Amino acid sequence: MSATDINWFKYSSPQAFYPLAGRMIPWFAAIALGLIGVGLYIGFFVAPTDVTQGDAYRIIFVHVPAAWMSMFLYVIMAIWAGLGLGLNARPSFMMAQAIAPTGAMFTFLALFTGSMWGKPTWGAWWVWDARLTSELILLFQYIGIILLRSSIDDLRRADRASAVLALVGVINVPIIYFSVRWWNTLHQGASVSITAAPTMAGTMVTAMLVMMFGFWMYSIAVTLARMRCVIVERERQPSWGKPASMPDVVEAR
Amino acid sequence: MSQPSMSEALRGVVRRDLLLAMRHRSDVAMSVFFVVIVASLFPLGVGPEPAVLRMIASGVLWVTALLACLLSLGRLFTADYLDGVLEQTLLIPQPLAVLVVGKVFSHWVISGLPVVLLSPLLGLQFGLSGDSLWVLTLSLLLGTPTLSMIGAIGAALTLGLRGSGLLVALLVLPLFIPVLIFGAGAVTNSLAGIGSEANLSLLGACFLLSLASAPWATAVALRIALE
Amino acid sequence: MQWGSLAEFFAMGGYGLYVWPSFGVTALCMGGEVIAVWRRHAAAAGSRDES
Repeated sequence: MSATDINWFKYSSPQAFYPLAGRMIPWFAAIALGLIGVGLYIGFFVAPTDVTQGDAYRIIFVHVPAAWMSMFLYVIMAIWAGLGLGLNARPSFMMAQAIAPTGAMFTFLALFTGSMWGKPTWGAWWVWDARLTSELILLFQYIGIILLRSSIDDLRRADRASAVLALVGVINVPIIYFSVRWWNTLHQGASVSITAAPTMAGTMVTAMLVMMFGFWMYSIAVTLARMRCVIVERERQPSWGKPASMPDVVEAR
Repeated sequence: MSQPSMSEALRGVVRRDLLLAMRHRSDVAMSVFFVVIVASLFPLGVGPEPAVLRMIASGVLWVTALLACLLSLGRLFTADYLDGVLEQTLLIPQPLAVLVVGKVFSHWVISGLPVVLLSPLLGLQFGLSGDSLWVLTLSLLLGTPTLSMIGAIGAALTLGLRGSGLLVALLVLPLFIPVLIFGAGAVTNSLAGIGSEANLSLLGACFLLSLASAPWATAVALRIALE
Repeated sequence: MQWGSLAEFFAMGGYGLYVWPSFGVTALCMGGEVIAVWRRHAAAAGSRDES
């Protein structure tokens, strides 16, 4: 095997993945910090004040990236869940386990910042518009997956049950979005679209996209770090990081 | 004796569950009384003003039916799980998904169908009349089996867990929401004079989609819970 | 630069009360998450070494 052939499959074992993740995290963290810094700079110092919404619109620089990440992470989590069920691969389940809390956090942030944006622009802390309502339901789905996993003591059952729930949930996401949009237009009186963003100047779009990528890199870094925690908590082999000694081996058996 | 066919196995499951239910007729009564009592709570909480009641009728009655389904999910697999019959059911050569359909069907006959049959009376209590009553009944007829099938997935995932009653609710309510929206929406539309065909068709679509996929997901969840 | 003074920057055209908590809570959550994962790793890896 030449030096350029990397056997990627060897990283599917937790013992090999652990140090690899450890080396990747600082890079993703650095890129994330850089992008978020640049995004904030453009968002506050380059993007102009909006004509209709004043400076309140700047909340979209965290609201939209958070909302996007919440949905994106859910899909990625479902993909890992599906891979776990299909390939019967423990690391895939662990990856799904590592993603869920970050996804839930971004969902909460999307709701909170959405509410913050809504109050000055629409006059109410909460409006039942299609996007916010769908986001709220997504939060319920995340919480359900996390709670299901923590309610099951047997690791194998916990992995597979929460994977099934994640997959069922991911199918529900477009259905929810469609039905809630339908419901929203049904009740014409209440149809406010809180996320009717201002016609976006170029710099606004740029700042939003940069923040989005920054959040994405952040998510990768945090997920890898949490994955390492999960690996250590679950695998607890005495023999990595240092050479196994006889007492360690005896204890592991 | 020759290998029983799939439809024979299905009928066997249904017959057994219905027979067991006949011996505990209180199960049917429980669903009915729950719906009646809970539906009565709303006028008590909101006031007897007829216009208000008519406005909230579709949502209230639908949520009540939904909660009745949710609360009855505990009975779907637990009894069989506790006495070991469920493990045996998993070993039957017929596809587990088909057997699940049988169990969910009998469960619906016991808990869901009485609610459907009772709904016109409840609708009258809330000031619905004529067409809307019919739409209410039809929407529940399509919706409650759908809710039972979706709920079965949650029941299977949480089989035997501590605090599974609340957990099942948390898992399953997000999945119930589209059915609720279309079902209550059908009645609301009918009250407003707009056609309810669109909502009813969507309800039908939900029913078919859940029939095609939920039993299979439930079977997968049962195997996970029991291995 | 479009902000006349630091005071104007903090005021955010009158919307400061909404803008700053949004960014603040976001920063708190993300920073808090990083700290939580760090501590979780320390606890997990630490107790491993104790065995």
